Amino acid sequence: MVKLTAAQRQDIFAHALEGRPNEVCGLLGGREGRVHKVYRTRNKANSPVRYEIEPQDLIRCHLELEANDMELVGIYHSHVFSEAYPSNTDVRLAYYPDALYLLVSLMDDGNPILRAFRILKAQPTDERGEIAEVPIEVEAAEL
Amino acid sequence: MAIEVRVPTVLRQYTGGEKAVYAQGATVGAVLDELDRRHPGFKGQVLDDGQVRKFVNIYVNDEDIRYLGKLETLLQEGDVLSILPAVAGGGVA
Repeated sequence: MVKLTAAQRQDIFAHALEGRPNEVCGLLGGREGRVHKVYRTRNKANSPVRYEIEPQDLIRCHLELEANDMELVGIYHSHVFSEAYPSNTDVRLAYYPDALYLLVSLMDDGNPILRAFRILKAQPTDERGEIAEVPIEVEAAEL
Repeated sequence: MAIEVRVPTVLRQYTGGEKAVYAQGATVGAVLDELDRRHPGFKGQVLDDGQVRKFVNIYVNDEDIRYLGKLETLLQEGDVLSILPAVAGGGVA
């Protein structure tokens, strides 16, 4: 289970829509499965079918998470032309077994879809792994 | 001079589960050599043919060593070396 607010989900959707036709990516910081902050990051790949979080953004976020005693709850990215499910590339390049992988699909851009998964591999360099969907609980915005 | 090295989850199998280890070395490359002596196989996960692997990022404090002196980057007392796998992927074309 991962918990985020409706506003946080909306922020992720807005980021994905603003980034079209390219994929967008970001990190979710929080504690115990609850997202406290959405970090938009730059997509170094600048591509409609690839993403790589800009390495400088990656370290900046990691240091901020650490300074605020937060964990990397999740990693999100958009799929512009495909469903909200990890692709073979996503699995091959999944190096964060402790984080959830959240995917936004913009196939129907009037109705973006967000899903969350854990990607587990026996070895980090394995091409394939086990994909398990994790429920998302969307909470009303905090007052 | 002992440098703190932050180890990502995927490499902790080489460090006995430790999130941070300490190693001596005046450069990033020397620290990795020292780590590999104590944790055989570690360096091979980070470097390929003497270069930082494509999907691996190494930082001294908050700077990517690609923009510093790469493996020759000089270290000072108190520097923290972080190894972070790239966060990458992508959908189907």
